[in-house]
Amino acid sequence: MARVTFTQNMQRHVPSPPADAPGATVREVLERVFALNPPARDYVLDDQGAVRRHMVVFVNGHQIRDRVGLSDLVPPDGEVHVMQALSGG
Amino acid sequence: MSDRLFVATRNGVFTVARRTGRARPRWTIARAQFLGDNASMVLPDRREGSVYVALGHGHFGVKLHRSQDGGRSWEPCATPAYPPKPEGLDEREPNSGRPILWNTELVWALERGHESEPGTLWCGTSCQADGMRAAYMPPERQGDPDVQDPHHMVQCRANPDVLWVQHHNGVFRSTDGAVSWHEIETVKPAAFGFAVAVHPDDPDTAWFVPGVSDKHRIPVKGRVAVARTRNGGRSFQVLTQGLPQIHAYDLTYRHGLDVDETGDRLAFGTTTGSLWVSEDQGDSWETVAEHLPPVYCVRFG
Repeated sequence: MARVTFTQNMQRHVPSPPADAPGATVREVLERVFALNPPARDYVLDDQGAVRRHMVVFVNGHQIRDRVGLSDLVPPDGEVHVMQALSGG
Repeated sequence: MSDRLFVATRNGVFTVARRTGRARPRWTIARAQFLGDNASMVLPDRREGSVYVALGHGHFGVKLHRSQDGGRSWEPCATPAYPPKPEGLDEREPNSGRPILWNTELVWALERGHESEPGTLWCGTSCQADGMRAAYMPPERQGDPDVQDPHHMVQCRANPDVLWVQHHNGVFRSTDGAVSWHEIETVKPAAFGFAVAVHPDDPDTAWFVPGVSDKHRIPVKGRVAVARTRNGGRSFQVLTQGLPQIHAYDLTYRHGLDVDETGDRLAFGTTTGSLWVSEDQGDSWETVAEHLPPVYCVRFG
């Protein structure tokens, strides 16, 4: 099971507590979490299911490479952090 | 007669209410909501008594919220979204050449559908543009209907064949249901601007909030003024009573001016956070606020 946590700034709009979810890729893990918390999905992913331009996803401290397909692998006990990009001030 | 105004701004949504005072009625801010959030649009929908707010969260994308109790409480509702982009489609913006992402970046227009279709909202409209004039194009392309820049278009409720447009290059009017347009060249103090409102019962009466020109998007001589015609654009009055007339640089965006359903009350809000209301068709104005966030949309409802 991977552990998924969401940026604190998102909680003001949609409660997104940390969640455990199985899955081999970022896509699989996140979609499992969003299946249990559907409103959170649109805050992280855009209309095409890609990571929003000013959001970033980390797996064990490394920023993912595939922001469109979310195919980056997640180890069985991986830590997935969904954060805001620091873009602009 | 509308006693309530909704104001969408860069940092929140404000509800303004008309209160009956001892001396005279006053318009005051009754509620401040979504503070800190970028509210690009607000739309009271009298068909079902609801109010919609469009938010652009930046990081978290565009969201739509709805109130069923006149703006006291809000709940998220479905946000306009693109369908999945077809595989292999290479679609690009004509000017920049950048790929079109098929992602909702901003709800910058929000309108009710027809009375007969409750629940239908439009996030953008278009019109035929025969007769408009694009001075920013080479001479042979200036009349091309596909390159026009109508900033805002309004339709007279009582006479739907009459429409007014505030265009990048001036004011245009149609009397044949937007099939063709003719330019109104008498607007004072200038023909540039974004906002336009038409009297719901009188197709010859319309209001504008002019700026100097596209190169100088500020009021003429630093004086905030509303231009009004009562004769279909043959002549205009410049209305300034109650509006700042010295070093005022308020710009009014295209959804920043509204007229109520009687045609007597008007309101407009500006980029520098001023908000004014008139109860006499623009003859005089009352200052409601001077330090709001930049105003994107003002609507009676």
